[in-house]
Amino acid sequence: MDLLNAFVALSNFVLIPAIAYGSQLAIGALGVTLVYGILRFSNFAHGDTMAFGTMVTILATWGLQAMGVSLGPLPVALLAIPVGIAGCAALVLFTDRVVYRFYRGQKVVPVIFVIVSIGVMFIYNGVTRLVLGPDDQRFADGERFIISARDFRDLTGLEEGLALRTTQGLTVVTAIIVVVALFWFLNRTRTGKSMRAYSDNEDLALLSGIDPERVVRVTWLIVAALATIAGVLYGLDKSYKPFTYFQLLLPIFAAAIVGGLGSPLGAIAGGFVIAFSEVGITYAWKKVLEYTLPERFAPDGLVQLLSTDYKFAVSFVILVIVLLFRPTGLFRGKSV
Amino acid sequence: MKKLLMASAATALTTGAAMAAGHSSEVKLGVLLSFTGPIESLTPAMGAGAEMAISEVSGDANFMEGAAVTPVRGDATCVDAAAATAAAERLITSDGVVGIMGADCSGVTTAVLANVAVPNGIAMISPAATSPALSTAEDNGLFFRTAPSDARQGEVLATILNEKGIGSVAVTYTNNDYGKGFADAFVAAYSGMGGEVTLSAAHEDGKGDYSAEVGALASAGGDALVVLGYVDQGGAGVIQGALDTGAFDMFAFGDGMIGDSLTDRFGADIDGSIGTAPGGENEGAARFAEMASEAGIDGTSVYAGESYDAAALLLLAMAASGSTDASEYAGSIMDVANAPGEPILPGELSKALQIIADGGEVDYQGASGVELVGSGEAAGSYAEYTVDGGALSVVGYR
Repeated sequence: MDLLNAFVALSNFVLIPAIAYGSQLAIGALGVTLVYGILRFSNFAHGDTMAFGTMVTILATWGLQAMGVSLGPLPVALLAIPVGIAGCAALVLFTDRVVYRFYRGQKVVPVIFVIVSIGVMFIYNGVTRLVLGPDDQRFADGERFIISARDFRDLTGLEEGLALRTTQGLTVVTAIIVVVALFWFLNRTRTGKSMRAYSDNEDLALLSGIDPERVVRVTWLIVAALATIAGVLYGLDKSYKPFTYFQLLLPIFAAAIVGGLGSPLGAIAGGFVIAFSEVGITYAWKKVLEYTLPERFAPDGLVQLLSTDYKFAVSFVILVIVLLFRPTGLFRGKSV
Repeated sequence: MKKLLMASAATALTTGAAMAAGHSSEVKLGVLLSFTGPIESLTPAMGAGAEMAISEVSGDANFMEGAAVTPVRGDATCVDAAAATAAAERLITSDGVVGIMGADCSGVTTAVLANVAVPNGIAMISPAATSPALSTAEDNGLFFRTAPSDARQGEVLATILNEKGIGSVAVTYTNNDYGKGFADAFVAAYSGMGGEVTLSAAHEDGKGDYSAEVGALASAGGDALVVLGYVDQGGAGVIQGALDTGAFDMFAFGDGMIGDSLTDRFGADIDGSIGTAPGGENEGAARFAEMASEAGIDGTSVYAGESYDAAALLLLAMAASGSTDASEYAGSIMDVANAPGEPILPGELSKALQIIADGGEVDYQGASGVELVGSGEAAGSYAEYTVDGGALSVVGYR
């Protein structure tokens, strides 16, 4: 019984939040890694691309809600995601046309691209704030819990409660669908294969007749879709505030680099590594240890490795360690 | 011709004398508030409140033989200690103020007190600085405040929890001077009453996700979660997380959490929770609100009444000691603020001056029911709230 209680407490405060957060990071990191692999630069505007896509989704959600549309237990925002993706895709394609294409034509070094993407980040930043403002926005509706802590306790008779929010379940399911679809596209379709060829060796790809501008366009479309989905899931699960999306840039980049930049599989693994480290290292293990250890070994302190203030520092430290000992990341991506 | 010369000479002499007399009897009072910065929406009403008291006293025959009192405004910026110090320096050295009504935010008030007021020997009364650290600041007896220290609120909140029989709590506070000072005061008071604080941890405002913070608080456990933050910021995020994971269902709130958006968002989920915020039942508050709305300002605006009181106390103390020199009148501030004496409400400053002139004593009540304790800060009265049926209601005053 005690072991069961320990497991439930651990699930409630570590496993479930970390899996949901990890899925969100993974989808975000996939976008970063695709841009890096195919367009060959680190896109610092990715966080704000997510914020913009989510903003369009929120506006569409409000429109649908005003028309009285409801999905029952599921949030209406799911219906609005395609609109968000379309808006986001229009924005990134426009940016590519007026900004990135110019620099691509000049064949500038990647570091220039990085600086340009920082400029783009500030512009996206401003656009989002201009349209929706810097404040918190809530757009989740539908059923809040799949199972709430109180119901779980009543149901099982355990001391510890386990809460599973609808948005957490939704995040994981959506993440699986998105990842399967992406891998199918990259490995099985002609366009996907041409993208991989372009990523592996640009010159050979051009020789074999691949249209580079088409590859770039398709990449941006996929990135816009991934960014919007990651942003909406994060916003539904937590809360939407443009500034938190800007802050998400650090864990997302950490995830992409830990997994190996340019490697889609690595981005997913990296997302979960970062999420589990952030949540696990700052969790106070006292309760879990009290259940699992014999009474005389039960800890007095909180058994918390790092105070929660240092949450963001965890991704920094992992980033530094990986760069020092394995610069290509866990899945042998491109060296940074 | 001779007559004309004589007449003009006499006129010149008398005007000269009159000018000299007028000049020597002008009293300038600094109004040092954060007219720009994070609380710029509050300060117009605060400044106007202080100036109401000043114009009430100005020209009164019983105040320094009918001296004119003029306010001189300075910008304290709330966040920039260097700018606030410079503004205060200017008020004293170039404008020649004899006392300062201000500053407001705790950080800049501390800086102005240490760098300007104490070296120059000028008295300050702050209407809004609530940091407990100011109670023990080195002030040479020159610093007072009409706002209560958060230490007092910490005690009140601890007492209420104790009376409700809640024996152990976890504390989360917003990571700034206000949150830290408040949390320290609460923890000290609550432990002193025999309560157990399982964890006192900060949270950052403006984050999307508080599950890690909630995880630590839940692991530490406790009968209730004390939230000393802001209702539109991280405080609400922590509560949401605690409710979602079932970690806590009983909460205790500081004044930053008391607001309509609290119950709008959580409703009946937080039923039974308690909270405190400055407030009290007194005649003066209503009287002041009335006077203020006649003058075209919002008298119920936060700290507007305290600002009126701060300026009034400075002026009454000057009248009581018969001097505009801070080293002489600072000692009288506690006397005019506290019993014994005739209670004085807003709008009765000329009555107070008359009593003082007749050799009597006054007990200034003002808009906020002034009662200075300790080193010269408001004792503070607090309203006790509970959440009942998804709405905040006041159950009493302490």
